[in-house]
Amino acid sequence: MDTKVQSSNKLLEEIYAMPGGEGIRACIQCGTCTGSCPTADKWDFSVRQAIAMARAGNGEELLSSNSMWFCLSCYLCTVRCPRDVKPTELMHAMECVAARHGLSTRRSNTPIMYRAFADAVKNDGRLHELGFMMLFYRRKFFSLLRTNPFSAFKMVSLVGMAPRGIGLYSHGRLGLRGAKIKGNKELKAIIRKSEELGGAL
Amino acid sequence: MKYYSYYPGCSNSDGGAKSYGSSTEAVAKALDVELHELEDWNCCGSTPFTGVNELGSFCVAARNLALAEKRGLDLVTPCSSCYIILARTNLHMKESPKLGEKVNEALAAGGQKYNGTIKVRHLLDVFANDVGYDAIKAKVKRDLAGLKVAPYYGCQVVRPGPGFDHPENPQSLDRVIQSLGAEATPFPLKTRCCGASLIISEEDLALELIRKLLDNAVSNGAECIVTVCPMCQTNLDVYQSRVNRKFKTKFNLPVLFFTQLMGVAFGIEDKALGLGSGIIPADRVLARYTRR
Repeated sequence: MDTKVQSSNKLLEEIYAMPGGEGIRACIQCGTCTGSCPTADKWDFSVRQAIAMARAGNGEELLSSNSMWFCLSCYLCTVRCPRDVKPTELMHAMECVAARHGLSTRRSNTPIMYRAFADAVKNDGRLHELGFMMLFYRRKFFSLLRTNPFSAFKMVSLVGMAPRGIGLYSHGRLGLRGAKIKGNKELKAIIRKSEELGGAL
Repeated sequence: MKYYSYYPGCSNSDGGAKSYGSSTEAVAKALDVELHELEDWNCCGSTPFTGVNELGSFCVAARNLALAEKRGLDLVTPCSSCYIILARTNLHMKESPKLGEKVNEALAAGGQKYNGTIKVRHLLDVFANDVGYDAIKAKVKRDLAGLKVAPYYGCQVVRPGPGFDHPENPQSLDRVIQSLGAEATPFPLKTRCCGASLIISEEDLALELIRKLLDNAVSNGAECIVTVCPMCQTNLDVYQSRVNRKFKTKFNLPVLFFTQLMGVAFGIEDKALGLGSGIIPADRVLARYTRR
């Protein structure tokens, strides 16, 4: 089987170079991944299709779709794959490659949520759940404001979430203030360095 | 006495699952397990970080492994997400020396270095395999006979493996429940995903998954669900009323951490177990065991 990467297929090369991305060459397109995925019906392109598209050089279309972002990281496809492709890792590699090229989708809120989570962690070293949620909703609001102002203002009905917030608070499950770790500066330096070094191996 | 480094994770230390942290510590003590909290640990990065900055996700996790290496003990966490992220970093760094070098280059910027000598363990693994079912049984003061419990593993505690239990039909939590005298009900969806953090970004999708799990537990006769993951507990408990509203269902199923159930059987006082932190109250099903 010829598994040589075509030099014209930049996306495939990038994914292949990511940790966990090597498996993309071994896929035999059997579809066990898609058949195992609990969210398969939501993907613009299924797991199997996503792999096929990446290999066919259809990167831009794939990375601008909502596929990958519906991966729950439940690893069911990974344990069932007969070729040890590790589709879960592949999906995360694709997410990172999409981010690197500024490709995104409005058909899923997960890219905004993931970034808000990562930024919250970068800031404090630990995740302050309330702070992260506020950051996510703020960014979602402004993203909607640019594209669909009507639904942005519908979102102000976040008031509907108040009972859940109060419920959590009254059960001692909502910390109002976060705390930074002592080594926060060091952690920030580590993350900054990792961004400099980039994802490829 | 058994000794471990302890990584509580953000939710269990100061977030929505504080009762998981406190019940973990109380039950560990009762079982002669000493959990030594890792000093100044940071968030593992969880799944979101892997979708933003791949190399960064390994580095953020590896700082904790580097801290743990100074003591040299196995690193134990009660959180399935922390477990998979830390274990994944360990595995990838071992399998790819090139990645290991890069991660260490970044770690050096923060004055750390990881040589790959730490083993990452989930608390369920430690209780089931290091402590053992017989030792758990020996600590039971209140037999939970008659209590029907759905053993919910969720996904990340057993996958991708190779781990300490079967990736699709695990038994360790079933056996812990049985050691307490309770009945572990059949639960075909025991390793199906709860929707995880997509409950925040794609609520409708996650609610559908949660409904299936609740439905599966109830139709197999469970009176409560037991979980080993703060995310699973939050989704099944906090969002149960949303499921009821959306699907016109009437679920009223308490969702406990397995350490809380163990604590009840061991006769540990309620304050340490945080039984009142569940949004769906558990007293209804536990009253016959917690009454002194």
